Amino acid sequence: MYEGCFIVAGGNFDKAGEVSGSIKTILKQMRLPVDVIRKVALVTYESEINIVSYARKGMIRLHVVTGSIMIEAIDEGPGIPDIELAMQPGYSTASPRVREMGFGAGMGLCNIRSFSDTFKISSEVGRGTYLKMIIKTIADPLDN
Amino acid sequence: MNLYEIKELLEAEVIVGEDKLDMEVKTAFMADLMSDVLAFATAGSLLITGLANAQVLRTADVMDISAVIMGRGKMPSPEAVQLARELNIPVLTTKFILFEVAGRLYLKGVKGCIEKVGSK
Amino acid sequence: MDNVDLESIIKALNLKIRSGEDNLKAEVGGGYTGDLLSDVMGNSKEGDIWITRQVHQNIVAVASLKEHAGIILVQGCEPAKDTLDKAKSEGIPILISDLSAFEVTGRIYNLIKN
Repeated sequence: MYEGCFIVAGGNFDKAGEVSGSIKTILKQMRLPVDVIRKVALVTYESEINIVSYARKGMIRLHVVTGSIMIEAIDEGPGIPDIELAMQPGYSTASPRVREMGFGAGMGLCNIRSFSDTFKISSEVGRGTYLKMIIKTIADPLDN
Repeated sequence: MNLYEIKELLEAEVIVGEDKLDMEVKTAFMADLMSDVLAFATAGSLLITGLANAQVLRTADVMDISAVIMGRGKMPSPEAVQLARELNIPVLTTKFILFEVAGRLYLKGVKGCIEKVGSK
Repeated sequence: MDNVDLESIIKALNLKIRSGEDNLKAEVGGGYTGDLLSDVMGNSKEGDIWITRQVHQNIVAVASLKEHAGIILVQGCEPAKDTLDKAKSEGIPILISDLSAFEVTGRIYNLIKN
């Protein structure tokens, strides 16, 4: 139904959030449920902020099909040496600049995981990080 | 209470949203860290913060925040003001510290959002 | 007019005590809510109760330097281990609330002003 790619520039806090803003607008035009849009906007924004905060550059891919929305965040950057550690609430490697913006509390990856129905993360030190998030748009009766 | 009453209560300046002062507000979320806003704030709430940069508005937009109050006498950056206009989110500034802002609003009946992380 | 002490705040808000048990009679002159350490250092006052969600050990140094009455961690945040060790050795009260910063601040403000 919809597929799009959005470039994110590392270190550019002026533009940080533009991609998630655009994605939110696209989803609103599709008249998706408000709570779905909110979850997608949140995971996209957190992913975008991570790319801006830590990577050299990255891309966010949006793929909307019947029943679910997939967001991929792929970056070129330092990568995450210990993913389990990075997933712990409060663990942060944020620079002073990132903290000044109000980020770097170490909640980003946790928030993304909490708000996604499916969440996958992989990373390679010295190359970059890959996140895949799926948010369902229709409740599956088999879920309960 | 509505934004006009809030403006009076906090001796605030309206930077964006002069035309939206009749907006009713029932709940508020207060934080300096935007990650917390993303984790806990509820749609339609007021956001009270000591930060004044554009990311406050991005976060507010993601979370469907109804209006932003910047405390501690902080003035929003030009980028923040422009973004607030584009996103149509009212921004008020006040000289009061956040303790005073929340205190006054609380006494007037504004409630906090206590939603927990994760909507499952 | 009676001043509010930490103990009455603890009772009123049902706070959990993690450290500083010997210093709960401290008078609370006012409050400061914030998570940006440089801001707290610059703008909070002696005798303030500091309301925050920051849990790393630097909060103890700040509370100690500014002579705060104590620290309340909100939204159920627990202090990091080294934070707690430091707070215990310095006798700085760290208290926990499950409520949000807005709610905790509102209630304490109400207590202090009335």
